[in-house]
Amino acid sequence: MTEIIRFQRVAQRYPGADEVLRDISFTVEQGQMVFLTGPSGAGKTTLFKLIALLARPSRGDIVVDGVNLVSVRHGRIPAYRRKLGLIFQNPHLLPERTVFDNVALPLLIRGHSGADIGRRVRAALDAVGLLGRERAYPPMLSGGEQQRASIARAVVTRPALLLADEPTGNLDPAMAAEVMQLFLRFNAVGVSVLVASHAIGLIHDLPCPVWRLDKGRLRHGATAATAEQADG
Amino acid sequence: MAKVAGRPHSPTPGAPVRWLQDHVRALTETTRRLRVRPAATLLTLLVIGTTLALPASLQALLGNLGAAGRSLGQRSLQITLFIRDSVDQAAGRALAVQLARRPGVATARYVSKDQALAEFKARSQAADALALIDDNPLPASITLELDPGQPRSHAQTLEQQLAGLPEIERAHIDAAWIDRLYALANLLQRAVWLLAAALAVTVLIVVGNTIRLDIENRREETVVLKLLGAPNGYVRRPFLYMGLCYGAGGALLAWALVAAGMAVLARPVSELAGLYHSDFALQGLSLRDAGLFFACALALGWCGAFVTVSQHLRHIEPS
Repeated sequence: MTEIIRFQRVAQRYPGADEVLRDISFTVEQGQMVFLTGPSGAGKTTLFKLIALLARPSRGDIVVDGVNLVSVRHGRIPAYRRKLGLIFQNPHLLPERTVFDNVALPLLIRGHSGADIGRRVRAALDAVGLLGRERAYPPMLSGGEQQRASIARAVVTRPALLLADEPTGNLDPAMAAEVMQLFLRFNAVGVSVLVASHAIGLIHDLPCPVWRLDKGRLRHGATAATAEQADG
Repeated sequence: MAKVAGRPHSPTPGAPVRWLQDHVRALTETTRRLRVRPAATLLTLLVIGTTLALPASLQALLGNLGAAGRSLGQRSLQITLFIRDSVDQAAGRALAVQLARRPGVATARYVSKDQALAEFKARSQAADALALIDDNPLPASITLELDPGQPRSHAQTLEQQLAGLPEIERAHIDAAWIDRLYALANLLQRAVWLLAAALAVTVLIVVGNTIRLDIENRREETVVLKLLGAPNGYVRRPFLYMGLCYGAGGALLAWALVAAGMAVLARPVSELAGLYHSDFALQGLSLRDAGLFFACALALGWCGAFVTVSQHLRHIEPS
């Protein structure tokens, strides 16, 4: 299998603070789904920021889909980000645009034709169960619907890698489980998925490796049960 | 699912179509945003429009001043040739007939010494003084009226040529007042350019400040677009179109203000021209000036937006 993410002895320190990430090395293979857990402040979000090029590592190398992020120039960051599907705890939907228009944004940025946009957006909304809500505005949606809309926006471009940072943070357990099932469905058709969440209870029955971040150090080979024990 | 996650089949149209689509979308989105807040948009356009209207109206007035000068100048562009005393009346009249045949000359009128004295007595309050002099001191003359539309340079050339004739003592173009008018117009033209430069800076500041506020209002949208991988050109484009819209709207408003001003002044100016036996009529901005003015307004709007967007957008990054 080819790797889609490779971290090699990566460390990250913010000015005036201790290291948030310490000597992190790991590889995510193409088509793999990995669940990253750990308590708040463990460095999960920092790790995501490094992959999304929202921050640069203090040390080490990061290669994503063949691109060495350490050497990516500022002007090339937009082109790199267009390869990713990003999902955050805050859905980051634009309130004055309809669900359809929000989901269509990445395609507009890429310059797709109107017909292609319509076809892809409807497919993405169908995949997340929002096909009947495309004319609604984000404030009219529930928290779960908003997060599903943001997932539709992330997958509408058919990215090779989907990154989700605390995607269920604002959702009730039933809705959170539904969102996790969505990630599994995308992974089943070949999308690499990296999900970060401190809610280890979500993955009891999910067939994916669990990696645990603790005080900036990564511990491989955990299971949902051992990670839950470690979180106390 | 496969429809969403499969490989792209027909991702983008050709580059020119894509470019056009992107720009049409940006322009549509910009005009939508301007319509959403009509009061603020109108206020900004009024500020820009009135600022642009001042140099535009002065330019129009200058154009009219030039036209008035040409109109009156063409009507009265005359060359007076003073004939030597040694030339008798018959020779003088023959010379007038000969000069009237020259190209560019409409009429040639011979005025004998006696006619000149009679006309002087009729017009001048100093006529009584001439009674004290035995001889008639006034020379005979030929007054040439040039064809309408003859340039001033032609009149000067003709004046120099005729001054060299053996019968002619002195030649004179009666157009000093036109020279003064043109000198005044030249001075005003420079003042208008200076004023226009100062007001252009004002327009840049107004557009820049308005765009800056818009950038702040759309900070969240900018962050989302950058997270989604929008290139700088894509993020910047709606703001540049907004600058262009302000420039175009301001220019249209200024043109309307100038046209309204000209309409108000047209009648009194026409009456004034009538007093000088001229059919001069006030005109608005010429097509050339209007085109230049519109292009300048668009350039100002775009530049104001570009400078502001370049300064502020780079500080808005997702974190």
